[in-house]
Amino acid sequence: MTALTDPPKESFRLSMLIYDTRYRSMTIQVVALMGFMLLFAWIISNTLQNLSALGKPVDFGFLFEPAGYDINQRLIEYNSQDTHLRAAFVGLLNTLLVAALGCALATILGVIIGVLRLSHNWIVARLMTVYIEAFRNVPVLLWIVLVMAIMIETMPAPREFRGENPTASMLFGDSVAITNRGVYIPEPLFSRSLGDISVFGAFDISLDLIAFLVALFGGIYASKLVKRRADRIQAATGERPTTWHIRLGLVVIPPVAVLIALGFYLGYPELKGFNFKGGIHMRNSLIALWLALSLYTAAFIAEAVRAGILAISKGQTEAAYALGLSRSQTMNLVILPQAARVIIPPLISQYLNLTKNSSLAIAVGYMDITGTLGGITMNQTGRELESILLLMAIYLSISLSISAVMNWYNKRVKLVER
Amino acid sequence: MTQAAYVRTEMAPEKAPPVTSSGIIGWMRKNLFDGWLNSILTIVSLIAVGALLYEILPWMFRSSWTANSLNECREQIKEVYGPDASGACWAVIRERYAQLTFGFYPSELYWRPILAFILLLGALAPVLFTSLPRKLLWFSGLYPFIATWLLWGGSVWGPLSALAGFIFGFAALKLITPRYGAILGVISAIVVAILWWVAISGPVATTLESLIPISLEPVKSRNFGGFMLSVTIGITGIAASLPIGILLALGRRSDLLIVKALCVGFIEFIRGVPLITLLFVASTLLNIFLPPGTDFDIIVRVMIMVTLFSAAYMAEVIRGGLAALPRGQYEAADALGLDYWQAQRLVIMPQALKISIPGIVGTFIGLFKDTTLVMIIGLMDPLGLSTAIRANQEWNGIVWELYGFIALVFWIFCFSMSRYSMYLERKLQTENH
Repeated sequence: MTALTDPPKESFRLSMLIYDTRYRSMTIQVVALMGFMLLFAWIISNTLQNLSALGKPVDFGFLFEPAGYDINQRLIEYNSQDTHLRAAFVGLLNTLLVAALGCALATILGVIIGVLRLSHNWIVARLMTVYIEAFRNVPVLLWIVLVMAIMIETMPAPREFRGENPTASMLFGDSVAITNRGVYIPEPLFSRSLGDISVFGAFDISLDLIAFLVALFGGIYASKLVKRRADRIQAATGERPTTWHIRLGLVVIPPVAVLIALGFYLGYPELKGFNFKGGIHMRNSLIALWLALSLYTAAFIAEAVRAGILAISKGQTEAAYALGLSRSQTMNLVILPQAARVIIPPLISQYLNLTKNSSLAIAVGYMDITGTLGGITMNQTGRELESILLLMAIYLSISLSISAVMNWYNKRVKLVER
Repeated sequence: MTQAAYVRTEMAPEKAPPVTSSGIIGWMRKNLFDGWLNSILTIVSLIAVGALLYEILPWMFRSSWTANSLNECREQIKEVYGPDASGACWAVIRERYAQLTFGFYPSELYWRPILAFILLLGALAPVLFTSLPRKLLWFSGLYPFIATWLLWGGSVWGPLSALAGFIFGFAALKLITPRYGAILGVISAIVVAILWWVAISGPVATTLESLIPISLEPVKSRNFGGFMLSVTIGITGIAASLPIGILLALGRRSDLLIVKALCVGFIEFIRGVPLITLLFVASTLLNIFLPPGTDFDIIVRVMIMVTLFSAAYMAEVIRGGLAALPRGQYEAADALGLDYWQAQRLVIMPQALKISIPGIVGTFIGLFKDTTLVMIIGLMDPLGLSTAIRANQEWNGIVWELYGFIALVFWIFCFSMSRYSMYLERKLQTENH
């Protein structure tokens, strides 16, 4: 006969914290947490001790003192009497400007190069491979400094545009001047301008720009509505009404109408005195940073595009043809949506890299957030800790918002698997 | 019996394919002039390549190697090739290559970095090529101490007593583990090593130096520069970031909530900020974070930051490799009765690392390229030196020659790394195709 006996009651021993797998993970975590907190506390106590020895306790008050330096490129009003905080904001806008310009150019170049690298044309494919290998394997900082040096050393000075027989001439019907001081391009002007609107009293936004954007996006939205209606009709009857001319008109006509109503014209740069006046002056530093970052990032984007296209099997194209879809329908409805799912995540992470690399602006004197807050402000006020923490927080929030967009996209296009 | 009127009894001789579809003409038709769009592309690219070569080749070869300033250079080229000729002034490379390679390292001591570099090749060889005898790995393990001594100089006992810390730690591990288990073994090894380094190693080194003085002339860190600096920072970062990256990746995939949170926080923070802000930390803040009065070498500070930076990227790459492994591998390792570390070492990591080779080498290449950023905090890497050279009166105005040379050297390093990763991938390819 068998008797049911309780297993012997284990008494808790201290060594079980290490040897018993039930408790071990707890032990490790508690030790890790304590170690981390000790390290953190040690660093903070060191910091406080060092800072009090230096006589500058942590204080963000310097942000509200007058900056006292000029910023040569500014998207909003700024003068040297404004605060360090406003200088940092001007820098942040400059960072975002070069990042946006860079992402746009890099995407265009990258897509073209990536597609051409897959071309059946032997010589074109080879040339694109050479481009990608050349740009990927050389530091981006070298490209930035090189483009800057080329702009300064080899471009004509403004005075060479002068005189009876100028040695340099403007491009595109006297509208663009490339000089060693930067590139001058025409600027959009309005003869019946609506003026500016002040946001929170901090900076001004042109009402003309807002009107133009409203018209543009309104047109795009209306065009979307037309497409949806066409989809509905097609689903109900099988016939798809021809809509492309209506949709094109909806996108083009409203913005053009707004431009005409506001009296749009271009202000051309003109040589006056020792320099060009009028137009938009894109400084050397902006050009160097923009071109170098775009050319460098385009090589990485090209690889992402190539990988994305190669990831779609040929069977997909063949299946679409078998269903009777036309070439463009195959591309738009079958290939691109699938390739985009593969291409867009690395694309966004390249945008992120480009934005972070734009901090190298400081090497060519472009006044981005690193140049203002992490450069002149830090050196003038001697507030290293506060400036760098703030700088890191700003970059971190830019990065985290871009990753949030990426996660949202990934979730949206995620393959629904059974 | 009916007979076919005509039955061929032997095969007709094969005809050669038409000229237009075979040989070089066929290849050109297929690859270059296949349709009008392709033909246009071909012609446009040929014209572009031709124009580029027409500009570059004469410029490259109508050059001057002997001049001592840019103006002299231009005059020499005009004298030899006519008044309109423009050519490269490679003389700047001839005059400055020593500086571009070694920075301001004392020229009578150049043999030390050169020897260190040759030994580096010897130390890397057994790591890179598995066909070499495994015993050579001992040399690779010793190399960091030899290189430190050769580059920075000073007493030989400093690096040796740092090495002794590792030996004592290892001895403690071997002694404790059989009796008290792996965890206590590891803890005691770490404690013994740290105790040695913090408390004992310094006095021991000083005593030994006074007894048996063997030392090289010390060289200050601020004299380091050029490609030597890039390679020193790059190799250290590469060697240190892989193990740290593996640990971070394991931590991020771990079930232990707090460990995971710490690793995720670290990785996302580092990946969210540009390297330049971390270098600012290295140059201005690290001394504030440490106990008052600590002041250690700027190059070491930069190395730490660069290592941490690429370790975070490495962790993400390896995490991708770990996620790509089928669950069955983990379960099989568990079923064999392997504990966590055995399973990682024998089953998981070899496969995960193999999957992530392209990403790992990509991170290495990125790290090596990022060493140029030290220029911004005032170290004299090749780019920093190029700015100094261009500001020099003699070479004011030089662009292509200088940057072309620097770009070429970086390109050779990075391109060979990417080729090596392709070789490794092919060699480790085990699937049948």
